[in-house]
Amino acid sequence: MNQRLKFSIHLIVSLLLLAILIILSIRFGANKNESSTVFNAIFHFQKNNVDQQIIRNIRIPRVIGAVLIGVALAGSGVLMQSITKNPMADSGILGINSGAALMLTVSFAFFPHLSTQGTTIFSILGAAFTSILVFVISSLKKSQMSPTILVLSGMAISAFFTAISEGLALLLHLKQDLAFWHFGGVSAVSWVQLKNLGPWIAIGIVILLFLAPSMNLLHLSDDSIKSLGRNINVIRILALICVVILSGISVSLVGAVAFVGLIIPHIAKFLIGTDYRQIIPLTLILGADLTVCADLIARTINPPNETPFGLIISLVGVPFFIYLARKDGNNA
Amino acid sequence: MDIIETKDVCVSYDKKLTIRDLSIRIPKGQITTLIGPNGCGKSTLIRTIAHLLKPSKGTVFLDSQNITQKKISDIAKEMAVLPQTNNLANDLTVQELVTFGRIPYRKRFASMSNLDHEKIDWALEKASLQDLRTRRLSTLSGGQRQRAWIAMAIAQDTDTIILDEPTTYLDLTHQLDVMLLIKELNEKEHRTIIMALHDLNHASRFSDQLIAIKKGQLQVSGPVQKVITQQNLRNIFDIDAKIIEDNSKPMILTYDRWRGETV
Repeated sequence: MNQRLKFSIHLIVSLLLLAILIILSIRFGANKNESSTVFNAIFHFQKNNVDQQIIRNIRIPRVIGAVLIGVALAGSGVLMQSITKNPMADSGILGINSGAALMLTVSFAFFPHLSTQGTTIFSILGAAFTSILVFVISSLKKSQMSPTILVLSGMAISAFFTAISEGLALLLHLKQDLAFWHFGGVSAVSWVQLKNLGPWIAIGIVILLFLAPSMNLLHLSDDSIKSLGRNINVIRILALICVVILSGISVSLVGAVAFVGLIIPHIAKFLIGTDYRQIIPLTLILGADLTVCADLIARTINPPNETPFGLIISLVGVPFFIYLARKDGNNA
Repeated sequence: MDIIETKDVCVSYDKKLTIRDLSIRIPKGQITTLIGPNGCGKSTLIRTIAHLLKPSKGTVFLDSQNITQKKISDIAKEMAVLPQTNNLANDLTVQELVTFGRIPYRKRFASMSNLDHEKIDWALEKASLQDLRTRRLSTLSGGQRQRAWIAMAIAQDTDTIILDEPTTYLDLTHQLDVMLLIKELNEKEHRTIIMALHDLNHASRFSDQLIAIKKGQLQVSGPVQKVITQQNLRNIFDIDAKIIEDNSKPMILTYDRWRGETV
């Protein structure tokens, strides 16, 4: 099949899937709604109708939040995997999410009255600091670092930062405020947050799409890229900025959710091949498919209780990670 | 006419000085091969000439011009570099890999020109890969994969091609295929070839000039017949070789460990 046609079909199917998931997500949940209520909430909103209020003020922002998170996590995952040339890279696995979470804890502990924007900046700073740390560690060795060692250092960093976060939370009695971030979930996403954070994610996505054609070079070694006359460091730095923004934002919105960034790029590559100009858009949409679907499951599996959304994703993510580790081990 | 010249070049790699005060000249239009024991600095020198490593002292000249004064995008149009075999890019198809060879000629967001397509087809044909163009590298044999990498260098359409141990890990037949392809590029298309090789008989048979390096320093250089002599091999490799002549090129029949003094 023609590659462009194949790409279009995959893109359209995943967009359709996303549309269906969004509609289902708005309609189903702890509070059951008729389709007409959903329709009215969007097009003939009545302020006094509780059902319509739930849809308009809780469910719709929540679903939009899930879409944005999926896009952001999958986008940062695809970047991490290609710039580290490591198939197991993901902002969660490399500890970047935990760095962002630690800075969030710090902001709750010492600046409890900060605005959403303020806490977001803390979260982004945490992500930036951890990314730099991971890259310094991975560039200490001249030769290409083995995927396993990079993942292990990431996990160590992650455990360390999580321990500090927990310690701070216990010490300063923040457990209640933070419990939600540890499990991760989009249940509390509000319109205000979306308005504040949406533009950041948009900036991240624009950089990402701008980088897409250059990302193809990362199939080659640094020596090869340089001998083709291109400077890869500019691409690396832009990509890293993009990862920091996207993962910082997603942590401040929903907490440390791992595995979305790990799984989705692999699925996109499996479906569409090796051209990042096609992999990246597909990854973004599939990421949204996964998070919206996980959120839908999270609140319908055991109503009226919410099952943590991070748990649902880990349930799929962990076996996939083990599969990748095995596959990678066999190649080496 | 020399395409590459190094003047008193010193290179440090991993904080160790691996090349000391090396001055060599590599003539245009010929095949020049670097030989020497493992760890002697062959790869380091190859990478320095290819502008992938910066000398800590001294200058590399490409076409009589200081290489540091050229833009890397212009250098990419003058020489193609094939680094030591790597396992990256195995998900790509042969054609996708060869397409990378056209990057020096493309503006960032431009699509490929007709010339690009022509050069890619021509490179695939040269490397006898037309029938394998849609295959992924991971499904190819070592020899086919190496030919695909060489095809990428061919597509780059440069006067000079630099190859770092292009036959490592290949079996006898595939080594020969790769060497014949390199020879053909030199003879039919007059490309300058600079490479590092382990196999002295290949180096002797396929090269015009040899440069022998030991412990980061130039041991001897010149036409093959001048370099491959019993005395030189004792000095460079600590071996005592029985040398015969085949097609007016020296060939090593067998060799032993040299127990005497090196000069």
